[in-house]
Amino acid sequence: MRLRLQVNGTEREAEAREHESLLTVLRERLGLWGSKNACEQGECGSCSVLMDGDLVCACLVLAGAAEGRDVRTVEDLAAGEHLHPVQRAFVDAGAVQCGFCTPGFIVATAALLRDNPEPSDAEIREALSGNICRCTGYGKILEAVHRSAAQGYTS
Amino acid sequence: MTLLAGGTDLMVDLNFGRKRPERVVAIDRVPELSHLEGNGHVRMGAGVTYTRMLAEDVGSAALREAARTVGSPQIRNAGTLGGNIATSSPAGDTLPVLAALDAVVVLRSKQGERRVPFAQFMTGPKKNVRRADELVVGAEWDDAGPAQTFMKVGTRNAMVIAIAGLALVVDRPRRRVGVGLGSCGPTILRAPQAEAFAAAIFEAHGWDRHLTPSDAELKEFGRLVATAARPIDDVRGTAAYRRHVLAVMGERALARVWSIT
Ligand SMILES: Cc1cc2nc3c(=O)[nH]c(=O)nc-3n(C[C@H](O)[C@H](O)[C@H](O)COP(=O)(O)OP(=O)(O)OC[C@H]3O[C@@H](n4cnc5c(N)ncnc54)[C@H](O)[C@@H]3O)c2cc1C
Ligand code: FES
Ligand code: FES
Repeated sequence: MRLRLQVNGTEREAEAREHESLLTVLRERLGLWGSKNACEQGECGSCSVLMDGDLVCACLVLAGAAEGRDVRTVEDLAAGEHLHPVQRAFVDAGAVQCGFCTPGFIVATAALLRDNPEPSDAEIREALSGNICRCTGYGKILEAVHRSAAQGYTS
Repeated sequence: MTLLAGGTDLMVDLNFGRKRPERVVAIDRVPELSHLEGNGHVRMGAGVTYTRMLAEDVGSAALREAARTVGSPQIRNAGTLGGNIATSSPAGDTLPVLAALDAVVVLRSKQGERRVPFAQFMTGPKKNVRRADELVVGAEWDDAGPAQTFMKVGTRNAMVIAIAGLALVVDRPRRRVGVGLGSCGPTILRAPQAEAFAAAIFEAHGWDRHLTPSDAELKEFGRLVATAARPIDDVRGTAAYRRHVLAVMGERALARVWSIT
C-alpha cells in the first residue's frame, strides 16, 4: 500500500504493508529511528509522537490512518546540531541512562510544556504517566522537566 | 469490515497478529460521530475521546472521573467512547458509568437506528448485541445531576486495568440510585439491592435534602454492593479481594456523594 504522509513538515511517500503501524513505517520505511519500539501495545510511550498536535503512541496508529495528519517525531525537535531545550535539559540533568525511553519522554515533555509551561511535580507525573523508563531514572527525569520549564521553553 | 477509531484496542490486536481483518475503515475523522450535547439530555458521539471528556462538560461527573483514570495522556488522546462500548471489556471504565446512568447505546446501520439500553447491550466479556453491519453512533442519558462518582482499584494510579470499578449515581430529580460495577463479572453488573437500600433512605429523608448517613447505613450499602458481584480469581486479583474492595468503594462512594445536592 502506497502512503503519502506529512512527517516533520515534509511530504513523504512510503510503501506500507497491510496493518502496519505508523511506528513501523517511521522506523523501517522512512529511516526515522528516534521513535522507539518497545511494547507495541501503548504501555511504554517510547514511540510517542505528535499527531495534529496530540501526543499519541505511534504504535497504536494505523499507518494508513495517519494520511492527511501532521506527524511530528522526536527528530523534529533539534535544529540541526542545535539541541532543543528539552533535549539539552535531559542531558544536563543526567536523565538518560540507556536512553531507550528518552525520545518518548522528550516528546511527551515538549507536549506538556507547550500546554503548561510551569507544571507542578504532580502535573509532570501525570503527564508522563504513559512513559516508562526501565532504568528507573525517574528522579532525574523529573529534574530535567523542571529544568526545561525553568528555561522558559515554549514551542 | 473492521472499524478503527482511536486504535488503542484494535492496533494491539493487529500488532500481535491476533486479528487480520481484510478491510479496515478508519472512522476517527467522521464529524458526525463527534457530537456532544448536554442540556438535560446528554448525547455523546462515539468519536469523543477521553481527553475531550476531561476538557468539556460531558453531563456526567462520574464519566469524567472515569475518563481521568483511563490509560495515560497518549491513550486518552486517542481512545474513544465508541471504542470502549464496542470492545465491551468488563474492565472498560466508561461502562459502569453508562450502566449506572441507565444510558442508551445508539446503533445505526443501513436498516436504520436501534436504541439499546446499556443493560441489554453487553452480554459477556467482549460480547454485545451490536451486529457486524452496525455502527455505534454514541450513547445518550438523562443528566442525573451532580451527585455521582466513579472509583477504580488497581496497582498504580495511571495506566491500569481495573481490578474492580464502581460508578454510583444518585439522581435526585428522578428519585433513582444507580450502581454499576466493572471487572467483577462477565458483564457490567448493577447492584439492585444496594440501589433499593439507598433509595429507601433518600425516600425517608427527602431526596432534595442533603443528609449525613450513619456509619451503619454506609456499611450496609457497601455490603450490598459487594454481594452483587460475580467475581473470579485472575491475574489482577482474587474474587475475595474484589468483593472486599467493592464493599469499601461502595461505602466511600456513598459517603462522597451523599451531601451533594
Ligand atoms: C496502554 C493502554 C491502556 C488502556 N487503559 C484503559 C483504561 O484504563 N480503561 C479502559 O477502559 N480502557 C483502557 N484501554 C483500552 C482502550 O483504550 C479503550 O477501550 C478505548 O476506549 C478504545 O477506544 P478506541 O477508539 O481506541 O477503539 P479502537 O481500538 O479504534 O476500536 C476498538 C474496537 O471497537 C470497534 N469500534 C470502534 N469504534 C466503533 C464504532 N463507533 N462503532 C462500532 N465499532 C467500533 C473497533 O472495530 C474495534 O473492534 C487501554 C488501552 C491501552 C493500549
Ligand atoms: S512501543 Fe508504543 S507504547 Fe510502547
Ligand atoms: S534510560 Fe533506560 S529505559 Fe529509560
